[in-house]
Amino acid sequence: MWLRAGDLAVLLAGAGGVVTLTLFAWGGEHGDTAVIRAAGQVVETTPLTRAQTFSVNGPLGTTQIEIQPGRARIARDPSPRQLCVKQGWLTQSGQAALCLPNQVSLEIRGRRAAYDTLGY
Amino acid sequence: MTRSVIELPVSADDRRIARLAALAIGLTLAEAAIPSPLPGVKPGLANIVILLVLLQHGWRAAAWVSALRVLAGGLLFGSLFTPGFWLSAAGALVSLAVLALVRHLPSRHFSPISLSVLAAFGHIGGQLALASWWLLPGAALLKLLPVFAAAALIFGAVNGIIVARVLAAPASDRRQSAPCLRP
Repeated sequence: MWLRAGDLAVLLAGAGGVVTLTLFAWGGEHGDTAVIRAAGQVVETTPLTRAQTFSVNGPLGTTQIEIQPGRARIARDPSPRQLCVKQGWLTQSGQAALCLPNQVSLEIRGRRAAYDTLGY
Repeated sequence: MTRSVIELPVSADDRRIARLAALAIGLTLAEAAIPSPLPGVKPGLANIVILLVLLQHGWRAAAWVSALRVLAGGLLFGSLFTPGFWLSAAGALVSLAVLALVRHLPSRHFSPISLSVLAAFGHIGGQLALASWWLLPGAALLKLLPVFAAAALIFGAVNGIIVARVLAAPASDRRQSAPCLRP
């Protein structure tokens, strides 16, 4: 066989390097707080520690937000295209789901904010 | 009018380097036909030739073949002195520098596969270093780093296995050591 002891070490080191790079470049920080806004005003700031649901009223109707340990999503929304609902679960710091027609947004925050401010 | 004739003596070494460089250039051209999802992610088939030359004829010959490949590749693709050419040159340069170091690893424990993988990392490292310093300053390339590194690992290993197989094959099978046909 052509594979020798040193090759194995090189290949393993290379694979380890690739994994480290992947985590470094793609592994964002997990968020720990959900911020819910309606018409630009913060209506709720809650830690992502226990399961709970919020209902927020907007111009079109009621948006339902579901929080679970470590993640949050827009469960129901009256907007026609359902874009924020289709985004699914948000886990990373800096992620946000916007239900624009209903003016409701859900943002995940971590210890360090990924952005200084988001305008929409 | 006086005619002057310039004689350029051609040694057997020159012929061998030219032949091997032609092989490397052919592989470079051939792999340009392979579709790639991301510019820069290529099998690097020419590195098979470079590594074989390094192991059979030494580092100087490998450096010559590599330089000729980059230059002639630039001419053939019409990309001479464009950013793509410089990226290619940077990759070849760093890869050769890496090979100059790691060729001294004991061959008892390190087969050509190690050399190929390390050279591939050097290659992509050189390209990305130049690209991030010159073409795309900022964090844009950072997100693609894992893709490039994984490609270097996989293609480097595959190329290394090919080199190891070619070296292990009986001498009559080796295209590289076929007798040079002289006109």
